[in-house]
Amino acid sequence: MTCAEAFQAYAFRALGFGERLLPRADIGVCEQIVLIGSGMIWNVYFAALALSLGFFCAVGLALAKNSRTWLIRKPAEWFIFVFRGSPLFIQFFMAYEAFVLLPRLGFEFTFLGIAIEAETRWLARAWLGALIVLWLNTSAYSAEIFYGALRAVPKGDLEAADAYGLTGWKKFRRVVFPTTMRLAWPAYTNEAIFLFHSTALVFFSSFPAFQQMGDALYYANYFADRTFNPFIPYPIVAVYFVLFTLLIIALFGAINKRLNRHLPQEARPRLRYRPTLIR
Amino acid sequence: MFEFCTDPATLDTLRWFSCYLTNGAHFLFYQSFLVVFALLAVTAPAALAFGFAAAAASRSQILPLSWLGKTYTAMVRGVPDIVFFLFFVLVLDQGIEFLRHSVVCPDWTDPIRQGANFLVCPDARTPQSSAPQWVHETYGFALAVFTYAIVFGAFCGNVLFGAMRAVPRAQLETGEAYGMSRRQVFWRILVPQMWIYALPGLSNIWMILIKATPLLFLLGIEDIVYWARELGGSRTSAYQYPHPDWRFWYFFGLLVFYLAFTRVSEIVLARLTARLSHGQATAAGEDLRKAAA
Repeated sequence: MTCAEAFQAYAFRALGFGERLLPRADIGVCEQIVLIGSGMIWNVYFAALALSLGFFCAVGLALAKNSRTWLIRKPAEWFIFVFRGSPLFIQFFMAYEAFVLLPRLGFEFTFLGIAIEAETRWLARAWLGALIVLWLNTSAYSAEIFYGALRAVPKGDLEAADAYGLTGWKKFRRVVFPTTMRLAWPAYTNEAIFLFHSTALVFFSSFPAFQQMGDALYYANYFADRTFNPFIPYPIVAVYFVLFTLLIIALFGAINKRLNRHLPQEARPRLRYRPTLIR
Repeated sequence: MFEFCTDPATLDTLRWFSCYLTNGAHFLFYQSFLVVFALLAVTAPAALAFGFAAAAASRSQILPLSWLGKTYTAMVRGVPDIVFFLFFVLVLDQGIEFLRHSVVCPDWTDPIRQGANFLVCPDARTPQSSAPQWVHETYGFALAVFTYAIVFGAFCGNVLFGAMRAVPRAQLETGEAYGMSRRQVFWRILVPQMWIYALPGLSNIWMILIKATPLLFLLGIEDIVYWARELGGSRTSAYQYPHPDWRFWYFFGLLVFYLAFTRVSEIVLARLTARLSHGQATAAGEDLRKAAA
């Protein structure tokens, strides 16, 4: 199979398009690169959706944790503690078992509509179930980052806002929020990379891959099992991850530049990638 | 375990659970918690030692040594996380077998990589296929510990290197002014003082290490995740203790275990920070001094 043929057959295999059968014998490097790349679509999907949904949740949680009202602060603190204090791996397992149990629980209430039954069934699939776990997880981690930044907003900025007569929403929108983002952005970039790397865990999370439509590690594992040679597929995964990491750094770097555009050149904080191992 | 456990089917709920939770399989489950603690107890000092060696090597005046230290910390940190874990254990396993193969049977002519298989001569199999089960298990565990130590050692090395640079230069200069050699300054002034700067980073790594322990499951070790899946799966009435799918509750138990563990660690580390701040030239140390005076 030539590289062009491999691309045609397997480029979107992870989404269910193209050749149905995975390569079995005479597996070339091209097939491996294309198919693992096709699996990366899922990793990108998980990371992109979890991050964009998690961002808003995290801002809300950070504000809640910063609240003076006990009733608002405590739940946010607990949420952050539970998701940051336990391994993501265990969270995946627990969520999966919970989601598998759901339809059975629902089955006892036979009056539930078909729509709801269908929804609970989707929860046990990776595209929704794993996404929810990743979303809640990144919300907690990012909330802690935003909370730290919120506490670090310079006193002078707040006093200046007061002096201009800004209060409530306007003060938050014009002064507090932009400064929080500016302060949190380098750490949040790391969190984004970290979350992207954690999407690799979805493969181990017992969420099954339907019709062999899996993520990058699923196909890497498939090839490692088929060829008994892990030295080609796993480095391919690593290279893909490094490439996408560079892409995230470029994207977040551009946002960082925009957030700090009012500062003199040398006072702008630089993004530094500090890799973290496991969540 | 209890006398009334001979026929569980006749027991009421409380007694049923007291029998169920103390049967043989559950004791294996409880033992696997010890595996987690054993892993942490072995890995944490090993990683710290690796990290210390790497940081000390990075500071060395001998150029190749300093390159070695810096390459180690940079390389392991740069590779994406979990791929490294799976990959490294395999490389280590095959590497050991290959080395032993070249020593034990040098006149073996067949190629080692026969298409799909990795075949070394029977004498070089590690561990020997005739070895008892516990040798295989211990070998797997040792490989896992070594992998953890290598990876977390690189992280510790980075933290300790930064901590060594954070010790005020004046302190070292004072040592030199007293006529201490480089070695004496390193051991008597730098090392005792660097811990307070290293502690925030090290406590972070400790938390990550705790949360990395379920990955033992991926390395094929019968750890708590393995047993939670085993025991939680539904049992038909053919078993002594039939129950539906309880895996959710077992994983919930693990979640609580990890939450408690990280919370206790947090409290202990906060106390340790306070202790180490005594007499240090930092803001926390200054606060302690003022409080005492």
